[in-house]
Amino acid sequence: MSFLLVQALSGLATAATLFLVSSGLTIVFGVTRIVNFAHGSFYMVGAYAGWSLIERFGGTPAGFWGSVAAAALMMGVLGAAMEIGLLRRLYRSPELFQLLGTFGVVLVVQDLTAWAWGPEDLLGRRAPGLKGSVDILDQPFPLYDLVLIGLGPLVLGLLWLLFNRTRWGTLVRAATQDREMTSALGVDPARLFTGVLFLGCALAGLGGALQVPREAVTLHMDMAIVVEAFVVVVVGGMGSLTGAFLASLLIGQLQAFGILVFPQITLVIVFLFMAVVLVLRPHGLLGRADEAPPTAPAAVTVPLSAGPHAGAWALALLAVLAAAPLVAGDYALILLTEVVILALFAASLHLLIGLGGLVSFGHAAWFGLGAYGSALLVKHLGAPMPLALAGAPLLAGLGALVAGWFCVRRSGLYFAMLTLAFAQIVWSIAFQWYAVTGGDNGILGVWPSAWAAGKAAYYWLTLGLSGGALWLLRRAAFAPFGYALRAGRDSGLRAESVGIDVRRFQWMAFVLAGTAAGLAGGLYAFAKGSVFPTLLAVPQSVDALVMVLMGGIQTVAGPLAGAVAFHLLEAKVMSMTDWWRLALGLIIVALVLVFPKGIVGFLSGFRRRR
Amino acid sequence: MSELVVRDLQRSFGGVQAVGGVSFTLRSGNLLALIGPNGAGKSTCFNLLNGQLRPDSGSVKLDGMELVGLPPRRIWALGVGRTFQITATFASMTVAENVQMVLLSRARRLFGLWRPAAAQFREPALALLERVGMGSQADRPCGVLAYGDVKRVELAMALASEPTVLLMDEPTAGMAPAERLALMALTAELVRERGLAVLFTEHDMDAVFGHATRVLVLDRGRLIAEGSPDQVRANPRVQSVYLGGEA
Amino acid sequence: MSEPLLTVDGLQAWYGRAHILDGIALTVGRGEVVALMGRNGAGKTTTLKAIMGLVERRAASLRFDGRDLSALPAHRIARLGVGYVPEDRRIFADLTVEENLEVGRQPPRPGAPTWTPEKLFALFPNLAEMRGRRGTRMSGGEQQMLTLARTLMGNPSLLLLDEPSEGLAPLIVKQMADAVRRLKAEGLSVLLSEQSLSFASAVADRACVIETGRLRWTGTMAELLKDDGVRAAYLAV
Repeated sequence: MSFLLVQALSGLATAATLFLVSSGLTIVFGVTRIVNFAHGSFYMVGAYAGWSLIERFGGTPAGFWGSVAAAALMMGVLGAAMEIGLLRRLYRSPELFQLLGTFGVVLVVQDLTAWAWGPEDLLGRRAPGLKGSVDILDQPFPLYDLVLIGLGPLVLGLLWLLFNRTRWGTLVRAATQDREMTSALGVDPARLFTGVLFLGCALAGLGGALQVPREAVTLHMDMAIVVEAFVVVVVGGMGSLTGAFLASLLIGQLQAFGILVFPQITLVIVFLFMAVVLVLRPHGLLGRADEAPPTAPAAVTVPLSAGPHAGAWALALLAVLAAAPLVAGDYALILLTEVVILALFAASLHLLIGLGGLVSFGHAAWFGLGAYGSALLVKHLGAPMPLALAGAPLLAGLGALVAGWFCVRRSGLYFAMLTLAFAQIVWSIAFQWYAVTGGDNGILGVWPSAWAAGKAAYYWLTLGLSGGALWLLRRAAFAPFGYALRAGRDSGLRAESVGIDVRRFQWMAFVLAGTAAGLAGGLYAFAKGSVFPTLLAVPQSVDALVMVLMGGIQTVAGPLAGAVAFHLLEAKVMSMTDWWRLALGLIIVALVLVFPKGIVGFLSGFRRRR
Repeated sequence: MSELVVRDLQRSFGGVQAVGGVSFTLRSGNLLALIGPNGAGKSTCFNLLNGQLRPDSGSVKLDGMELVGLPPRRIWALGVGRTFQITATFASMTVAENVQMVLLSRARRLFGLWRPAAAQFREPALALLERVGMGSQADRPCGVLAYGDVKRVELAMALASEPTVLLMDEPTAGMAPAERLALMALTAELVRERGLAVLFTEHDMDAVFGHATRVLVLDRGRLIAEGSPDQVRANPRVQSVYLGGEA
Repeated sequence: MSEPLLTVDGLQAWYGRAHILDGIALTVGRGEVVALMGRNGAGKTTTLKAIMGLVERRAASLRFDGRDLSALPAHRIARLGVGYVPEDRRIFADLTVEENLEVGRQPPRPGAPTWTPEKLFALFPNLAEMRGRRGTRMSGGEQQMLTLARTLMGNPSLLLLDEPSEGLAPLIVKQMADAVRRLKAEGLSVLLSEQSLSFASAVADRACVIETGRLRWTGTMAELLKDDGVRAAYLAV
């Protein structure tokens, strides 16, 4: 009994931190309609800054709490700077650009943080005066956690006062409901938004700095918290503060007790909870239908066309690629093999984004599921390569069939969040189910059959299978199926009114894309000889998005060009510098701001102008 | 001969009655105009008829078959076509492809994964575009057309589904006056030629009184007049709704 | 004669690719009430929105009180003393009556009447009784009053009033007409769009008639009431 009480209390302490961070996220979303991926970065940097300040001044209670407050304020200033420098230019962009742009910031911040504080985990000192624990029904409970538990409602109360009892708060609430009308009444929206970002990021920084006495400060804090905060915000209803509070409490308890019942899959429980909530209450617990208007997809007015002699060009390219082993060395062949695999991965995502207008933020799930499918067949059943390779698209396709049924129920941002959630489910299974997947250590020894073991032989195999799959995807894009998918994206209303079951086509596309990504994953597993949970993680999904974006969304050849450019760039930059994430982050931000049409779109626009 | 019978259609939003007890009958060969001031409930009426919205009560029967409760695509499949107030075409496709999509959908060939769509049903699509005067622009992207031309494409798309009943929500909004009259004349011709039953809303009174066979007047969700164009024009209640009664 | 308070010339506006307004020209003198008349879809609402800087794309020569408005965003235009009252009310439904007024509050402005919540509650007694009530729980007429009161909190010298009588019960329409006359007496200038001839004739000095985005006729209200031809061509069914 007492044990359960302490468990519930520790759930409340978790909930308090979760609420601090997610309240900032939901406030920012409510007003700007941007889901700020970088929100977790402010939490992380808040923790690092808090650690440094507390090390220096945290010996006294005043110094400790002053340090926490200073870290929060610093994050607020950084958040305001990000609004002015980046977000302001993205308010009218499609959600893909907003999510990617802020993810670029995540990458930049990760490397800058590592540069400033080093890669080692940092242990902070404990809060002066709150070091001990109290006995609750004979069970010790940390005093500091009790303070945190009180802090959650306190912050909710202060935020309520701010939003309901000050002019600024009233203006923010007004702008949340109707931005245009608010500006027509003489309120400068730009300044309001900067202030909102300050507040939101300061809350994230506060949450981070408060973690210093509780746990180690690490470079992984950002992604871990932001994904949880997404779940809280989506479950609570996007833009709803009280919803975020309620959802934090629920998820805190779910985690506290989930770890007792299913220690292996606590993360899965959280994400399944979110998926179920979204299906039952599409706008979250306290969200309202109008809280998340379908953000306008980029108006697509350019017909998809194969271009003249596309078939001839493709055959010529295939011939050149097939001849590559005659001249290329081993290293070049390995690189080429990876490029071909990634091209298929990117093309499968392009089917969803470019044709269906469905921005998936978890496409790595199907790539990774394919890779794990092959690896598991080899490891546990001793399957030969051909069988294991056949299993890859099958497993990924099955996964996509199930996840897709949920995901296509929602569009826009919610679709992106749902795909992210499913990718996190798959990732956490791979990460936590140690007995089967090897957890963090992955699965080693996934080598091709003897006949395909040579670098050239495996390259040809990859080229044949990927080329075939790419060709099928391309046929589908120009067949009625691809057109129906585009019809649903261009105007869902019109499509439904001429008999097109939009959701069904989206589901089918989801499965098709998942299957193709699975094949790419299987090929990748045998190319590398091993699989790791990173193949399923968010950065892998973002890599695919960047490839599609680099190539340009509105061209069929785009993803191929994007995969080539991305992978060569990655190989090149990685060999030159340790700051790959910094470079990639800056590239993403630049892409989003400067080349919204991607490389191929940019070049063809350039050709047209000349 | 087709017949759309609407009886006592009602729909409220948050306690405010948008459509309150609308009844009328639409038959083949009719060109029925639905007019009324802004906010009278015209668009809501349309959305109730084609299944976009569900009425609180009332019935819509097409040749005796109840349409209430069916999703838009089923109602479409039964022969009720629709055009939208704000143009909604497939902007990433050419004009011909837009019409081809409807023909493919009609033939239940949308799930094809292999044969290129652009080559299927091209001839019949071109014939329909010719009919609405868009034959010469068949291969232009739909996204770059002039507003009036998009409205013509929408009409061709609606015809491609071979409807017996056609609902046109402000078919000439945003068009120049000459274009408006031409489009209404074309619609009237199609009604005669194919025995269509057309219900349309319109702000342009020249279009309404020049072509409608009958006129319905809606005000605050209720029908306040119904009759021939001349009867409606002479109706004092209609005059008061349009010119304002009390102040 | 001194320069009019508002001078609009060659106003063009687009929604996407649809060209909605084509060369609207009008003026509003100080202390004058001008009615913008025309049928549904003629472009009345777009004209007011375009003046306020609320359409995506516009082109015009726009002068207000000696200042050029054509390149300013909506909030700057509002701060110069142009008050906009939208037709679809758009009150902040989650905010109370008093909070709605607070959003509209701007510093007092020389040359324009200064409003306080108390003064507005005297003008709209209904609102005074529900100052703590949220917008979701108000009738259409009350919402319309609140929209107007909220804009007045910005102490404007020119009011853009979009379809003030639309969809209101006759009694409320009468109150609205009284309110507009009171505002004129306070020294405000008003440009209102209206479909109802009787409402317009009750409050306006002059009228501009537009049809399909073009200006068709302009003159005094009295002339419009006499001109059967114009009324039949552009206003009647």
